[in-house]
Amino acid sequence: MSDSISTDSTTESFVPSITPNVASVTTEHTSRNAENLEVNGTTTGLEARGVHAWFDKHHALEDVSIHFPQNTVTGLIGPSGCGKSTFLRLLNRMHEFIPKSAMAGEVLFNGEDMYASHVNATDIRTRIGMVFQKPNPFPAMTIGENVLAGPKLAKKKVENPDDLLEECLTRAGLWKEVKDRLKAQGSSLSGGQQQRLCIARALALKPEVLLLDEPCSALDPGSTLRVEETIVQLSQSMTIVIVTHNMQQASRVSDYCAFFLSDGGPGRLIEADLTTNMFSNPKDERTANYVQGRFG
Amino acid sequence: MNAIATEVTPVTPRKPWKNTRATLKTATINGFFSAVLATALYTFTGLDGILGWYVSFIISVMVVMAIVSKVTGNGKSIADQVAPVVISAGFATVMIPWISLIGTVVQRGVKGIYTGFFTHDMLVNSMDEPLNVGGISHAIIGTLIIVGIATIIAAPLGIIAALYIVEINGKAARFVRFLTQAMSGVPSIVAGLFIYSTVIITVTHKNNAFAGSLALAILMLPTVARTSEEVLKVVPREIRDASYALGATQVRTTLRVVLPTVRSGLITATILGVARVAGETAPLLLTSQYFVRFTTNMFNSTMASLPTYVFGALRTGTENSLARAWSASLVLIAIVVFLSVIARLLGGRSTGRK
Repeated sequence: MSDSISTDSTTESFVPSITPNVASVTTEHTSRNAENLEVNGTTTGLEARGVHAWFDKHHALEDVSIHFPQNTVTGLIGPSGCGKSTFLRLLNRMHEFIPKSAMAGEVLFNGEDMYASHVNATDIRTRIGMVFQKPNPFPAMTIGENVLAGPKLAKKKVENPDDLLEECLTRAGLWKEVKDRLKAQGSSLSGGQQQRLCIARALALKPEVLLLDEPCSALDPGSTLRVEETIVQLSQSMTIVIVTHNMQQASRVSDYCAFFLSDGGPGRLIEADLTTNMFSNPKDERTANYVQGRFG
Repeated sequence: MNAIATEVTPVTPRKPWKNTRATLKTATINGFFSAVLATALYTFTGLDGILGWYVSFIISVMVVMAIVSKVTGNGKSIADQVAPVVISAGFATVMIPWISLIGTVVQRGVKGIYTGFFTHDMLVNSMDEPLNVGGISHAIIGTLIIVGIATIIAAPLGIIAALYIVEINGKAARFVRFLTQAMSGVPSIVAGLFIYSTVIITVTHKNNAFAGSLALAILMLPTVARTSEEVLKVVPREIRDASYALGATQVRTTLRVVLPTVRSGLITATILGVARVAGETAPLLLTSQYFVRFTTNMFNSTMASLPTYVFGALRTGTENSLARAWSASLVLIAIVVFLSVIARLLGGRSTGRK
């Protein structure tokens, strides 16, 4: 791995380069994001600089630097155990809940390091929402209570709870299915509905960033499609980072892709670029092998 | 393969997994030979009485089944055939003393029960008087008060100890767990002696009901703590993660997410604690003792309770007083069962468990 490409060792932020002729062949997704890239140089969005992660003595993630521009979808891809989920959990300070974990580097959120000593971690988590691999609605709460759990748990006042409830469920694409049974238990929903309920719950805090950790791995194709539509819609107003094992999904929903790989040691970021480039013209051979399904 | 459904031929539903006539026949033959063998064992060995016959029958069934399955050799192994018999026999054996105990208490206890039994105390009556005078109202109220106060003290402490071990998982967690395990082995009379020497001798200088509650609380604490710990461990990490990811602090996660999720489990833990101490006699004899009349004075008076009432009635030792002891035992069992059912109903409601 010592001869790998520059993203491995640089501590500068990785900004996917975009040239006019590339933009011209991209889909409507990426052309929308071309505007966002112009403000890349400033402090918007989320940016990791030289991030490492450890679990006790196990070095799980090594020197990852990447920038997630505002209002874009970035897919984190790579084989199991390459540190994608660990990296995702570092982005909203969930990593530290694992006993004996440690990290290094900086994660800039709107230009400020979220690991600085004066930053309140719970405040960061209200602004950077997260949806987990396994749907995890609160078992002791109804559907409605689940959606509004965020503001309640974070002690945020809600002006008009009924409106917020409808808005979040509509944005998560679940309103029509559950509007008549908001008082039913969250666990009474199907797996796909539960996952959209979890998305609605994350939206209730009006986060600026939404992190999704393999949100569709337990869902059937129909539910997956609906969650993907939701993601694309949400990306108009928030930055989204999604971990996925599904290459088709990555190509369908993401504007950028980042490929992680571990050669037995810590996971590293191998390559990050526009999704179209990653799939059609990757710079690294390993990326090409992975996206074409030759390993992992 | 061009499987396109054209016509549906009528099909009759059947249950191939049910016992066929052949297996029923085998079972009958097994039963017959077992009975023969059991009778032989019963007659020619030292086994005696109902219990002897029961034991010889169980042994015979196992032997016959083992032989039959060896001979016929159809499908199941000997172990598969014999294991269910062993398990069922074990279950039946465990149920025998339990049913016998409840049966005896009911049979002997109903004699002394009349309406006044629940409304009168023993102020003007002795234990030996006819069964249609006097009652145990004072003992029922006393038990409810003493156990109730003990629960109010021990349940929150036990749950807090469990929260410390599971949620906070601090440096002393292992030590606290070790202590609760050690405490659950404390003999009840030691708890009584402890309160007697620390509270009654040094502080109050006379026996009182509150000291009884303290003694019972000591016995209840480890049961509540250990059961609550097991219950809290069952809450998946994903649920806590979901709450943290919404910007909740650990305190709010515990209060608003974890505790409501395991509400029914914590109520069960408390019931187990109550059931553990409701019948304790030794610690109460040293602390709250017995009092013939109804009282709610916790701090300046001894107080009757059902176990000490039973103890007193037994010591009197006459026919009528023994009948009273059985009746009071029946009431004590009924109260524990009743409380369990009530708590179950309260805890089972809207916990979100299917």
